[in-house]
Formats: sequence, C-alpha cells, structure tokens
Amino acid sequence: MSGAPKHAPKPDQIEYYDPEQLLRVDYRRTPAGDWMDEPADIRPGNFIYPAKPQKLEYIGFPNAREWSPLDPDWKLPPNWKEIVFQGMRERLEKYRSFKVFMDSCVRCGACADKCHFYIGSGDPRNMPVLRAELLRSVYRNDFTAAGRILGRLAGARPLTPEVVKEWFLYFYQCTECRRCSVFCPFGIDTAEITMMARELLNLLGVNVNWIIQPVADCYRTGNHLGIQPHGLKDTLEFFADDIEEVTGVRVAVPINKKGAEVLFVTPSGDFLADPGVYTCMGYMALFHEIGLDYTFSTYASEGGNFGLFTSAEMMKRLNAKIYAEAKRLGVKWILGGECGHMWRVLHQYMDTMNGPADHLEVPVSPVTGTRFEHARSTKAVHVMEFTADLIRHGKLKLDPSRNDGRRVTFHDSCNPARAMGMLEEPRYVLKHVCNDFFEMPANTIREMTFCCGGGAGLGTEENMEVRLRGGLPRGNAVRHVQEKHGVNQLAAMCAIDRATLSTVCEFWAPQVKVTGVTELVANALVMKGENERTLNFRKEPMRGGPEAGHV
Amino acid sequence: MRILVPLLAVIALLLAPIVGVEALGWRWLFGVVLPYAAAAVFAVGAVAKVLSWARSPVPFRIPTTCGQQKSLPWIRQAKVENPSTAAGVIARVALEVLCFRSLFRNTRAELRDGRLSFLSTKWLWAAGLAFHYSLLVILVRHLRLFLEPVPRLVLGVEALDGFFQVGLPAVQVTTVLFLAAAAFLFLRRVLSPPLRYLSLAGDYFPLLLLVAIGLSGAWMRHVSKIDLPAAKAMVMGLLSFSPRPSAALGAAFYAHLFLVSVLLAYFPFSKLVHMGGIFLSPTRNLTANSREVRHVNPWNPPVAVHTYEEYEDEFRQRMREAGLPLEKEA
Repeated sequence: MSGAPKHAPKPDQIEYYDPEQLLRVDYRRTPAGDWMDEPADIRPGNFIYPAKPQKLEYIGFPNAREWSPLDPDWKLPPNWKEIVFQGMRERLEKYRSFKVFMDSCVRCGACADKCHFYIGSGDPRNMPVLRAELLRSVYRNDFTAAGRILGRLAGARPLTPEVVKEWFLYFYQCTECRRCSVFCPFGIDTAEITMMARELLNLLGVNVNWIIQPVADCYRTGNHLGIQPHGLKDTLEFFADDIEEVTGVRVAVPINKKGAEVLFVTPSGDFLADPGVYTCMGYMALFHEIGLDYTFSTYASEGGNFGLFTSAEMMKRLNAKIYAEAKRLGVKWILGGECGHMWRVLHQYMDTMNGPADHLEVPVSPVTGTRFEHARSTKAVHVMEFTADLIRHGKLKLDPSRNDGRRVTFHDSCNPARAMGMLEEPRYVLKHVCNDFFEMPANTIREMTFCCGGGAGLGTEENMEVRLRGGLPRGNAVRHVQEKHGVNQLAAMCAIDRATLSTVCEFWAPQVKVTGVTELVANALVMKGENERTLNFRKEPMRGGPEAGHV
Repeated sequence: MRILVPLLAVIALLLAPIVGVEALGWRWLFGVVLPYAAAAVFAVGAVAKVLSWARSPVPFRIPTTCGQQKSLPWIRQAKVENPSTAAGVIARVALEVLCFRSLFRNTRAELRDGRLSFLSTKWLWAAGLAFHYSLLVILVRHLRLFLEPVPRLVLGVEALDGFFQVGLPAVQVTTVLFLAAAAFLFLRRVLSPPLRYLSLAGDYFPLLLLVAIGLSGAWMRHVSKIDLPAAKAMVMGLLSFSPRPSAALGAAFYAHLFLVSVLLAYFPFSKLVHMGGIFLSPTRNLTANSREVRHVNPWNPPVAVHTYEEYEDEFRQRMREAGLPLEKEA
C-alpha cells in the first residue's frame, strides 16, 4: 500500500478507484422510475472524448466540429432526426440481422447478467436487452404500426437529443464481445445492434477520438498508431537487435519484400505497446527459425481494424489494403498475428468485402506441407493455427522449462472465441511451451469468455471507471486462479487484451502480468546457433517468473 | 402502468364478450365477424412480417460460434455449435427451436464478498420449455374440434395428457403445466427488480391474455361443462364458411373464442413473432465457414480506398532514405 498520493488522482487513473467501492454492486436495486424517463448520466470517467475534427475530415466523415459530451448542446446537424431515420431505414433494408433483432426480442432477461459491463456496474441500461431497447424503442415509435398507435404502451418513445446522448453513452459501453448472443434463445447479437447504433451516431458526427484517430491514421499511414514506413523499419530493426542480444541469433527483417511467400499482418499494438512488442519479437524469432519466406508490409501494417467500430464501409476501406498489398507484393497467402477483432474482420468480413482473392493460393505451410483447407477462400491463416501445426509435426524444438516460474492461464479473446471458434489451437500451443498451465473457471472461458472491458474502441483512459467495471468478471476469474494455483501470467492472443488486461490485472489481480502466446513460444523455442539463453525478450531471467529481476 | 394497463385490458377483453353475448346477444359479432377478421389479420400480418424480414439480405456471415472451429484435421470440431455444413446448421437450429439450446446455458451471476460466481440456472429454460410445449399439446388437443373424423394422434395425445385421471373430465397435465409455467414467467417478471425494470406492457399483455385464454378453456371443460357437439358444430361451421353461432354455447365459449381472436390479431404486431425470428437469426442459421467459402453481399458497394500509389507518393522520400523498396523511383 502506498501512502497519501502527492497529487490527487484523476478519473482517468486507476489510483482514483477503490476496488472495494467498485465492488458495491447490487443487481436487485434498480432506479424507481421508468428507464425511458431517466436521462443518461454522463460524467468524467464514463465517456470517451469526441473525435478531433481534422481526423474526421481526413476520412470524409460528417459534422466535424469541436464539442464535448458535457456540453448541453452537441451541435447536431439541423436535420439530425431525418438523418437518423433515413439511416435506420436504409440499414433495416440492408441487414436482416438488424430487422429481425429489432422485432424478435421477448425480454426474457437471459442476457442481462451475461454482460461484463452490467456485472461490473449494475446499471440496468448495461443489460444487453435494455441496451438494445434504447434503439428498439425508437424503431417502434417510427417504424412499426403498434408503436405509432400505442406509443409507450408498445415500448415506443420519440427520438430526442436526450436519446442521442444516451446512445452515445451506452453504445460506447458495449465492446461488441457477443457474449450475450451465446445465451440469447433467439441468437440476438448486441454487437450487431451496437454496430448499427454507432453507424447512426457517426452520421451525426457523434463519435469518439479513440476510434476515429486510429481509423484516420490507419487510412493514411497503414496502421492505427500512425507509424510511418521508416519508423516501422526502425522499430522492427530494434526488435531484431533485442532478439540478437538475448539469443545471439540475428534475424532478418523483411519489409515490403516482393515475391515473398507469405504476407504477415499483425495489429500495430505489437509494434509499440508493452507487452505486445515481445510477441512481435516472438513472431520474428519463430519465422526466422523455421526459415519462413515472409514479409511485413508498411502499407498494410495493421491487422486490426477500428473501422469495424465505426461502419461497415470504413471497415472495408481499411481492410482493402491487405488484399491489395498481397497482390502488389505477389505473395501466395496471408498469415495473421495475434489479434482479436482483426480476426472478426479476417474471418467473417474480409473475403465478402474485398474478395475474392483469386490472386492468392490456398495456404500451404512450407514447413509441414499442411494445406489449410478451412482458409481455402480467404487465404488467411492465424498464427496459432500455423504454430499448432508446426508443433504437431514436431518441427519446433521446444524447451518448455524455459517458461518455468510462469504459471500461466489463458484468456480467450472475444472474437477468436465467438466469431471464429479458435479455442483448442492456442491451448495446444500453450501446453507445449509451458509446464504450468491452468484454466480459469468454465463459465469464464471459451465461448463464455469475458471481455477485457476495453474492446471495440473503448481501451482508452478517460473512461477508466467503465473499463475497470467491465474488467471485473475477467479480473475476478484471474484472481481466482491466482489464489488457487499461483497463476502469475495471463496469456492472450489479442493486442487490445495485452494492453487493457494489464490494467485490469493491475487493479483486480495485482502481480499477474500479461503476455502474448507467441512470446511464450519464442521463450521456449530452441534456436539454431543460439547462445545459452539466460534472458527472455523482456530481458528478465529465464525460468524466473514474470516479476523476477524486472526493472 | 406497465402491469396495470395490460391487466385491465385483459379483464376488459374478457368482460366484453360476456356482456356482449349474455346481455346484448351479439353472437354474430363475437362468434363470427371478429374471429374471421382476426384470422385474416393474423394470416396477412404474419406473412407480411416474415416477408419483410426475408426481404432484407444477409450481407455478412456472422454466426456466433459456440464451440471449436473446423481448422486442422486433428482438432475435433464442434460440428453443431460451430457448424461448417448445412447438416450442422440444421441440427443447431433444431436444437434451438426444439430444446431451447441457448437458454439451457443460462447462468446467474452473483457477487458476494467481492467474488463473482456464475451458477447454472435452469428455471427459465424449464418454464419456457414447459410453457411452449404445453401450448403445443393444447393446440393439438383442439384439433378434435377442427377435424372429422378426429385423428388417432389427437385422441392419443389427449389420452396421454389425461393420464393421471384426476376429475371428470380428466384434468389434463398440460393445462396445469401451462398455467403453472405462465404463473412462473409472470411472477419472475414482477418479482425480479431488473426484470421488472426492463419489462414492457407488451411483455405482460400476451402472458396475461394467454392465462385468460387458458382459464376460460379450463372453466368450460371443468366448471360450466361445455356442450362439446355444439362447440364442434360451430367451429366446423366457421371452417366451412357457413357460420352458425350457437345459442347453446354459453358466454365462456364466446369469451374463449374472442380472447383467441385478440391473440391472433395481436400476434404479428408484437413480440410473439419471436417464433419466426429464431429461424431467420443470422447468428444461428448460417454455416461458420466464411474462410472456406466466400459469402456474397448483394449490396457490396465500391468504397474509397487510400491506394498504395497515394501512400508511396506521400512517404517516398522517407522510404527511400530508409532503404525500403519503391514502385516509382522518381
């Protein structure tokens, strides 16, 4: 415990929050009135700053302006209602999911306590059903006969500026994790509803900078972090230096290399953010060791896609770079790194939006000869599928004892779990690269995994209260295995997880450190010509546990 | 408001035909005109609703995967929870429709002493299943009024349903189950604070209406002892478009018939359409093989893209200095 802080912490710092206080959640206490009469409570700590006008202008998004959610007037366009109705009408015609999900909910409430934000906050509007009702109520009012005639009796309410504020608050308190949709008897997917609501908000210029800035930067520089080509080269060279320092092996840094067999795409979080950078070093060491003929790209230097969190159109505009670059470089197929929502896009949207990728070939592992038939059409293989196949065929020399001291648990990232179903591959890999692996409780993993609380563009700091509350279920499960099995390392194959879960663990399960899976693979990987390994990529002693010797 | 209005509405709807038939003798209105109108509204409304859903395309393949994907041959795929074939999808939807698969997963979150637990809870699933299956059996039992000769299946179901042989005529298991399940679903909504908070009038109304229908039916069978041949004659008359409202049938019958008419007319405009929604839910009814087979979006529009050429034009100088390969040296 620290003494009195020198400066009083602010709502965007975790020191501002007290776990005991956040844990005072009572699901049985609900506000007295009708939720439709309850204005949204927007206050520091629970909302994200609006998008900067120049970023919106760069990608051609409407109503770029300076404004604050704390202002009474949000400077909506004069015909804002018409824009919303027209936007809804268009999307109801374009998406069966939206139309069916607007009609088929019976409000059975099975989804309610499945949402990490509801579990952590007890705020009824965080129950997925009520989150959807925020939009449904307007749909009923203006698109259904019953709503037009019976009004509130039919669950309808008119669209007002207050409703827009409520949408802004609550549709940016949903991480599109889809956990509720696993439990819904009608398969209603709140992610789908949140996506529609965010598209509508974007039409009004009501959006958040944490999403729009990465989108604009990605559009321009090829990655969310705005790393320019020479900067990316420096970064990767620096990683190669670090790899050489700890292993004695100099790995190549192939960038924009024409004629390479494989284009490797990974979230840019792996280039810059601790602990993602160690995962990136892991990829480079692994690919070097197996002699993979691959290349990074600076133009398509982002696997993630924050466009997914704005609109289908923006998602497509960003995603288009991957196939275009694969074509330009003349590669045969695409290998993708550890990322969550990136795989939602690569698995469920890329081929539909920007395919068919006829210029590529069905992926075949050059090391094992395995043909990845399940990726026959997209030509995109996940690095865990690739690595699991390598291990299965005995192509890697692994010494799992190098990870001794690391007592590891695995966090299923929402999208690989619920929009892909990649559950066994990472577990297979983990069990081969470390000796101490422990699962979190069954209702918190695999398809029932809990979000980190910072996905879908919420992983910033000004909404720290929301994130810590949303991170409670995951943090609690980590705490459980920490106490039961002495777990000190949480592995996750998602760049957002690696960043946000570090915060979640610091708050809810202190001393547990976060790692990527490939980082652990590379720790265990015995490389040809390596020095006697004493350090891992974090330059901590091997076999020491994550905190030993950490500076 | 959300409970009281539906309750009063159902009471009013129950009293209307009683007064109408007993005091005013409006048998044609309650026994012929309104049932026909309701059936027409139901048929047109339900078809229109399903067509309206079907008219919107499914642009993206968005199944919620609830099990292991099909990937490497030595990893066992969850063929139903993450289906890659049509057979898997059929099994998945069938499990959902027939067994309420997803609801079976239900858990209850509890936060006690700073610890979260997620306990399995099957009550909602059990009550939901009991409610819907009793409703189905009750519908099948009613076929004896609609078909001549009465099919063996219907008689068999009825015999099985009255297995316990309590009372005369025998109390049917499904009548009791139906009312008990409805009572559970109603009480759950009222007694659970979060659920009460999110429930709409449109959640209470159909439930209360169905209870009123059930009670009026049970009343006819067990208390007022309906004249069954007269009822059948009247129903057959309606079906053959030669309606003859019967004076031999009391107010209970007309009340029952009217409430069913209300239910039918209400159906297409309410949450009761959830029945069709499950078949058309894109998170459940699609194969999850979107990397294997390309899914086509009928409205996939061209979009503005920041091309490589534009990118290189902006960064060429720095790329050259960094020794990165270029398309254009100029």
